[in-house]
Amino acid sequence: MENRQKEIDKLKDYKYGFSTDIENTRAPKGLNEDVIKFISNIKKEPQWMLDFRLKAFERFKQLKEPDWQKPKYPKIDYQDLYYYSAPKSMDDKPKSLDELDPKLLETYKKLGIPLQEQARLNGIAVDAVFDSVSVATTFREELIKQGIIFCPISEAIQKHPDLVKKYLGSVIPLTDHFFATLNSAVFTDGSFVYIPEGVRCPMELSTYFRINASNTGQFERTLIIADKGSYVSYLEGCTAPMRDENQLHAANVELVALDDAEIKYSTVQNWYPGDKDGKGGIYNFVTKRGLCKGKNSKISWTQVETGSAITWKYPSCILKGDNSVGEFYSIAITNNHQKADTGTKMIHLGKNTKSKIISKGISAGFSDMTYRGLVDISSKASNSNNYTQCDSLLMGNKCGAHTVPYIKNKNSESNIAHEATTSKISEEQLHYCQQRGLSAEEAVGLIVNGFCKEVLQQLPMEFAVEAQKLVGISLEGSVG
Amino acid sequence: MKEQLQKDFENTIRNLSLSQKDIEIKKFSLDSFINKGFPNRREEDWKFSDLNQIINKNIGELSFYNDYTSTNKVDTSVFVDGLVHNKVVFINGRIEKIDFDYEKKDQIEIIDQSEIINKFENNNSLSDLNSAFTNKSFKIVLKKGYQLSKPLIIYHTTNSKIWSKNINLRLDFELQEDSSLRLIDLFNDTSEKNFLNIFYNFDLKENAILKNYKIDKIENKNIKYSFNNIEQNKNTISETFILSSGSNFFKNEVNCNLKGEHSSAFVNGIFSLDKNKHHEIRTTVNHLTENTKSYQLIKSVLEDSSKAAYQGKIFVNSDAQKTDGYQLSKAILLNKDSEFNAKPELEIYADDVKCSHGSASGSLNEDSIFYLMSRGLNYNQARELLINGFLLDVVEKITDSEIKNLIKNMIGIKE
Repeated sequence: MENRQKEIDKLKDYKYGFSTDIENTRAPKGLNEDVIKFISNIKKEPQWMLDFRLKAFERFKQLKEPDWQKPKYPKIDYQDLYYYSAPKSMDDKPKSLDELDPKLLETYKKLGIPLQEQARLNGIAVDAVFDSVSVATTFREELIKQGIIFCPISEAIQKHPDLVKKYLGSVIPLTDHFFATLNSAVFTDGSFVYIPEGVRCPMELSTYFRINASNTGQFERTLIIADKGSYVSYLEGCTAPMRDENQLHAANVELVALDDAEIKYSTVQNWYPGDKDGKGGIYNFVTKRGLCKGKNSKISWTQVETGSAITWKYPSCILKGDNSVGEFYSIAITNNHQKADTGTKMIHLGKNTKSKIISKGISAGFSDMTYRGLVDISSKASNSNNYTQCDSLLMGNKCGAHTVPYIKNKNSESNIAHEATTSKISEEQLHYCQQRGLSAEEAVGLIVNGFCKEVLQQLPMEFAVEAQKLVGISLEGSVG
Repeated sequence: MKEQLQKDFENTIRNLSLSQKDIEIKKFSLDSFINKGFPNRREEDWKFSDLNQIINKNIGELSFYNDYTSTNKVDTSVFVDGLVHNKVVFINGRIEKIDFDYEKKDQIEIIDQSEIINKFENNNSLSDLNSAFTNKSFKIVLKKGYQLSKPLIIYHTTNSKIWSKNINLRLDFELQEDSSLRLIDLFNDTSEKNFLNIFYNFDLKENAILKNYKIDKIENKNIKYSFNNIEQNKNTISETFILSSGSNFFKNEVNCNLKGEHSSAFVNGIFSLDKNKHHEIRTTVNHLTENTKSYQLIKSVLEDSSKAAYQGKIFVNSDAQKTDGYQLSKAILLNKDSEFNAKPELEIYADDVKCSHGSASGSLNEDSIFYLMSRGLNYNQARELLINGFLLDVVEKITDSEIKNLIKNMIGIKE
């Protein structure tokens, strides 16, 4: 009885902390060519894909793990990880959802992502990724009618090799950096999206990532291509069970926007953050990069980062096409012993390019938060503009909030403006709210939501509500 | 470079009367420098200015040995007119004159401390180079309650006798309780292609006031590095003003440790660069206790293919509640080849603080130019007026009116 109670208490903190007891197929432990061949083989990949992976692995062997980041972590033993884990029932691909393991369906239902026909979320097509494989993609037929391709990347490699060959690694090259190269060698699954010329995607596309197996690294790869004049809004959500060990999540996300195309990429990241003493939790070391390849293209990143023991990522925009636009909206919340080193890079290469960065950081408890960003206007990017605003909110004097922007301007016709402030919640605001009958915690929730509003507004409706709740939950227990 | 360093080091210590222990310490610094070499862009603090590359490109082979046995003639024509002042004169790195004619002799103590080498907290290799090769180092002590009646000007003069040399200087200042010092560093160079490496240490006791103005205005081809470390106790004020303009390369670093309550630090700077000059200011303000304040304002005007960088850091530790930290950098790029890089950094561990920074860079405001031209000014006049006004903002921050006027005259800013 007591144990049961403990379990319930635990779940109150992180409601996605359960794990699913399901039989797995795993690659042998460790990282070597055989494991890469195993992954490639089990996915029935063509030779060029295997070559791509092996080339990346060759490169990986020469790279050193970076150590310039603020949050330090104990050394990861890359040989002590599983690089592939999939539910056994996925071995022979189920043809439809009816054949899908009911346990999987149950898991996603519990996460609030029903995959079955009758309960599907309206207007959102979901690709559900469970450990290393994509288990289901909804609404595919409807999308196909418009020529939109939305499928697991492993399927795209087989069915649309031309597109994958052309764009995979074009934004994040094989040789990019330690974690990106590791991902190129061992990535398992992820989503592939192609929006044809002139099509405005009629619904939100979304991927839901779930790490279930222990001792497993999740390395997914997402590739989104918006052809000329198209539009797509893409959402990403993530959760993981509560485990005492730290788990590695090193994904690569590549976006390509051609002439006049627009991609909107939103993330609500809620990986398990570890317990109150900082034990366990996900290491979220993700590489996200968008290329505004064509004229008048636009890429916008919106992120709500509340989970993970360590978040270390910089969703970036390379503004190559003339008149292209990059945007970055971020809320990052750290509590207890969480650490985050996140921000963005805006690289202006084309003429008349514009970028905007709004970053809100909130740290509480013993946590540590860093905004690190780069704005680089090259000498050819005439008439470009950047506006950056980073605000930090601190709660208590055991936590830290840091801002490290790099600002480079090589063009006399371009303007950069950067502002940053650090403060705490004012006593007057708290007093005012409490006087009106709110508890201290509710008052903080309200004020923080106001602080974040600029970013929350950028999220699609369904996500915005969810994110708003999440902001409140993440800060629970940080007041008083 | 290693053989050169060792050879020059042997020559240098031969001319100094040092104890075995001091030689050991100097040797240790030398080894540490040989090990690290000149800072390069792989080091975070030197990301925007790769000194190793700059020295290789502009000077090539440096020699580190300086013959200080013969005296240099002090050229009085370089002395500042119209401002009565005390003087310290360095010529080619050799101290030629220390003159406190206008002060009470018993209130100022000058200690020759060549033998004592205290380590700087700055862990870059240039402090090792400095420790290894400085030949004479003085400590200037201002006694309790004494306020210098006239400002002190330190003349850093180099002439054409030296070529491809490295010159290392260091000075220590102790400002005892309630004392105050106005200090101007004036760089007068007629030499070319030398590397000057200057370290100052200031220790401000309770209620002391330090005002330091660094003026690098005269056109020259030297490469300079200057590091100011300022320790601040209770109720102290430090004001640093940097005019960065004349040298080929100049990096100024200022490190303020606000250790006592109600201490405050002000750092203001102007970059006014043309040709292919490359200058940098890096500041670190450490707020270590409650109720401390810092203010920084840096403005740049960049012509031709010049480059300026500003790295400013405000650090607030968890005890330093009620900190007030402010930092602003603005740059005007006048040419398509000019470049401005900034890294304004906040590192904050306390919640009851007010810290902010801002940075902006861009072109001259066309609307303002249009406005002035419509009032009858020609383009160049309008441009000059705007730039003057832009820079005047920083000069106006100088709290000493005598020196403010001197600096205004020097850079030709009209009101």
